[in-house]
Amino acid sequence: MTAMQHDPAYNFAYLDEQTKRMIRRALLKALAIPGYQVPFASREMPMPYGWGTGGVQVTAACLTPGDRLKVIDQGADDTTNAVSIRKFFERTAGVETTEHTAEASVIQTRHRIPEAPLGEGQILVYQVPIPEPLRFLEPRETESRKMHALEEYGLMYVKLYEDIAHNGAISTAYAYPVKVEGRYVMDPSPIPKFDNPKLESGAIQLFGAGREQRIYAIPPYTQVVSLDFEDHPFEPSKADHDCDLCGCGTSYLDEVITDDAGGRMFVCSDTDFCAARQAEGHRGRLSAEDAA
Amino acid sequence: MRDDALSGGFTDAPVEAARAFRAALEAMACPGSLHEVAGAEAPAPLSTAAAVLLLTLCDGETPLYLAPGHDTQGVRDWIAFQVGAPMVGPSEAMFALGRWDALAPHDAYAIGTAEYPDRSVTLIVEMEELRAEGVRLTGPGIETEAHLSLPETAAFQRNAGRFPLGWDCYFTCEGRLAALPRTTRTEAL
Repeated sequence: MTAMQHDPAYNFAYLDEQTKRMIRRALLKALAIPGYQVPFASREMPMPYGWGTGGVQVTAACLTPGDRLKVIDQGADDTTNAVSIRKFFERTAGVETTEHTAEASVIQTRHRIPEAPLGEGQILVYQVPIPEPLRFLEPRETESRKMHALEEYGLMYVKLYEDIAHNGAISTAYAYPVKVEGRYVMDPSPIPKFDNPKLESGAIQLFGAGREQRIYAIPPYTQVVSLDFEDHPFEPSKADHDCDLCGCGTSYLDEVITDDAGGRMFVCSDTDFCAARQAEGHRGRLSAEDAA
Repeated sequence: MRDDALSGGFTDAPVEAARAFRAALEAMACPGSLHEVAGAEAPAPLSTAAAVLLLTLCDGETPLYLAPGHDTQGVRDWIAFQVGAPMVGPSEAMFALGRWDALAPHDAYAIGTAEYPDRSVTLIVEMEELRAEGVRLTGPGIETEAHLSLPETAAFQRNAGRFPLGWDCYFTCEGRLAALPRTTRTEAL
């Protein structure tokens, strides 16, 4: 199928077959109960917790040799975490990799959804640190599990209300809780709330939390509603600037400190999106004049 | 079809199981969509698609129930060698395999608990025919509507009404499979 071969010292996609079957069964139940966190027997991976062990296990269970994998970390293809995971799967699964969102069949992400819309035939795998949206409100797993069972989400609304009481607005800016298909309140992983509207998509979205041993999922075309109040509706927000490299006014921006005298610039967090726009000739405030 | 328990499994398990699982994943994510799978040959009456699902999803950790008609010595021997799943009754099964009528009563299976709705059975239903027509499907995974030649609608409507509890189904026919999770709403036309 593919010209590339995986390192024969490893099983295809690193994990042993019994582990993959266990993860695969959890993934199927997760799709059948959108937003519900399925416990799974997370394995030790050759990377520390917090570096995407959950996402890597989900990706390993889903990859086929014909796939084209993209890995992003906060939107960037070229950061340590993204580069390491991409190389890991190049070696253990022999899959082709890409930095272009539209070309990828499987995308593993840490804390962003790509700017380019995802569609059918694509799988988006999220790395999740704390899968339980109620965890900081109720530390006991026995209790938070019961709250999900009873659909008892009043505490979450109290938290959002207290935000409004203290700050005049809902101050939660990332990992903004959502309700999936009118039933389960779910943590969309620490994506900026700017990305929340993109949770309703044609792609299959899978979430893996390695340390916390949970897998959950959103099937395509599933209703995902960000929690809010009638008089304080949900607002996806971003820095009030244009990208200084490509001039885009609608993408999610990172703020970069450029000197110790207060200098700063804003750039697209999605490196592939920004590079594609620059290649099309778009320019921002700080673009080099001779770049064209 | 063959009656030999020692052959008919995957020849390159990691890659064949990966391809089969992708089909199973997309089927469950998009209820009613049809997918072709290959790589397994099991004794009659087991279809290729059902055999592929067993090889991909089942092992010694998944109690399996064989409904009458599929509970033959040939099938049992093949599963014992190729899959290793323990054989149990309907109420203890994580997977159940058979024709729709043979799997009855459909209320006998695990539907999960309020705190663990994932602890429910997955039914693998062998079909004479499997076509994208007939019963109208709507719900998560379906943009507008899909159609699938289901054997009935009442049991699926009852199952969907118990959400988040309930069982999930795969339908298999020769090398073809489709899925129907508990979230899908069914409507006879």
